[in-house]
Amino acid sequence: MKTETNTAEHRPSSIIYRPSFFKATMAIVQKDLAAELRSRELLSAMLVFSMLVILIFNFALELDVKVRQSVTAGVLWTTFAFAGTLGLNRSMAVEKDRGCMDGLLLAPVDRSAIFFGKAISNLAFMLIVEAIVLPLYALLYNETRIFQPSFLGVILLGSIGYIAVGTLLSAMSVQTRTRDVLLPILLFPVAVPVLLASVKASGGLLNGATFAEILAPLNLLIVYDVIFIAVAFMVFDFVVEE
Amino acid sequence: MQSKPIALTILDIVSIIVLGVATYLALVFAPTELVMGDVQRVFYFHVGTAWVGLVGFVLAAVSGIAYLITKNMKWDRFEVAAVEVSTMFFFITIVLGSIWARPAWNTWWTWDPRLTTAAVTELIYIAYFMLRQGIEDPDKRARFGAVYALLGGLSAPITFMVIRLFRTIHPVVIGNASAEAQGGFDMTADMRTAFFFALFAFTVIFIDMMWHRIRLSSLQEKVEELKLNVSM
Repeated sequence: MKTETNTAEHRPSSIIYRPSFFKATMAIVQKDLAAELRSRELLSAMLVFSMLVILIFNFALELDVKVRQSVTAGVLWTTFAFAGTLGLNRSMAVEKDRGCMDGLLLAPVDRSAIFFGKAISNLAFMLIVEAIVLPLYALLYNETRIFQPSFLGVILLGSIGYIAVGTLLSAMSVQTRTRDVLLPILLFPVAVPVLLASVKASGGLLNGATFAEILAPLNLLIVYDVIFIAVAFMVFDFVVEE
Repeated sequence: MQSKPIALTILDIVSIIVLGVATYLALVFAPTELVMGDVQRVFYFHVGTAWVGLVGFVLAAVSGIAYLITKNMKWDRFEVAAVEVSTMFFFITIVLGSIWARPAWNTWWTWDPRLTTAAVTELIYIAYFMLRQGIEDPDKRARFGAVYALLGGLSAPITFMVIRLFRTIHPVVIGNASAEAQGGFDMTADMRTAFFFALFAFTVIFIDMMWHRIRLSSLQEKVEELKLNVSM
């Protein structure tokens, strides 16, 4: 008995390498970005899909100057939401299919670091897609007001909220029988506030509203982001535990 | 196998009686509204069902939290019961509202905050059931259900606030109405009686149905257990 305790003492816990929360999160982000940089399958799918959605909207809504005035924000956010689910699904399915998730869960890091890692890399993918789609949209429709900082800020806030909920729900949906089909069904009704507030705020900005006029949707957007990042952070443990 | 408790049988009978009385109060006792006429009588059941639908949604989110903390399956049964019963009541609310809106607003549907929130809430409920259906492991099903009920409970009020930024024409009978509301009215004393009785009646019916649904879940679990025993 005594020898056992002795060996335990001789194996101090410091030998088990425990990276800090930030380091663990960044390691996951780095892994995702490196994998994407090599395969490019996620970003290319999201981008091509976004282009197709805009093309369809162009003819379905007859996007002439007058129509564009009122629907640009809606078209953009619909495109981002659809492309976003595509990316979220794929990014979590890859972890599940090749058993990477089990490896991540076995790692001696806080589970919420996994959540933040996945969320940050998902956000990075979404922002990259937006960074390509927005200039393209501006070019196609001569819509230079897209490049005002407050508009880009709204896009960022909206993407953060959407990805926070989306990462949590995609971790759930990949573990179900229906998988890919389920994510949009779970995500859209819960993400309605973030999408509508973003459309309201960014649409207002495109139509020359002042900052004070879009303050109400902007506030709700920030409230949504804070609440849902906090909740996702707290419940992610329950979603991945076996 | 336990038989149906006597208290539940009594509650069943009470539910039927209060539903009958509420119907009488709404259709006969309450005076006819001056402007809208008889169609206003939909209001009593509309608010009654909306009230329990909302209570059920809050209960589901709260029991979701309780499940995640305690990991006790009893909370999961409670949550499923709350969601299922409220889904039905919310659906009735929407249908009754449409019946009223057709003559009052001259349309079956409009994208008002309340209507939209009700529709989104109903969609969240449906997604909740689809999520549960896709999972075999009961523990995982309970965990995911709890998380989703919690997310839904948090996002529904924000949905309401966001859509209010767009516009509203829904009347507010209790409290202050917005200037654009159409179809509002003031209640007389008899209307108030019918109204509060309808709230009470639907609360009783809601409790009765919850009880039945929770009991059904426990029986279901027992059957599963027995099946396992037989196969072993």
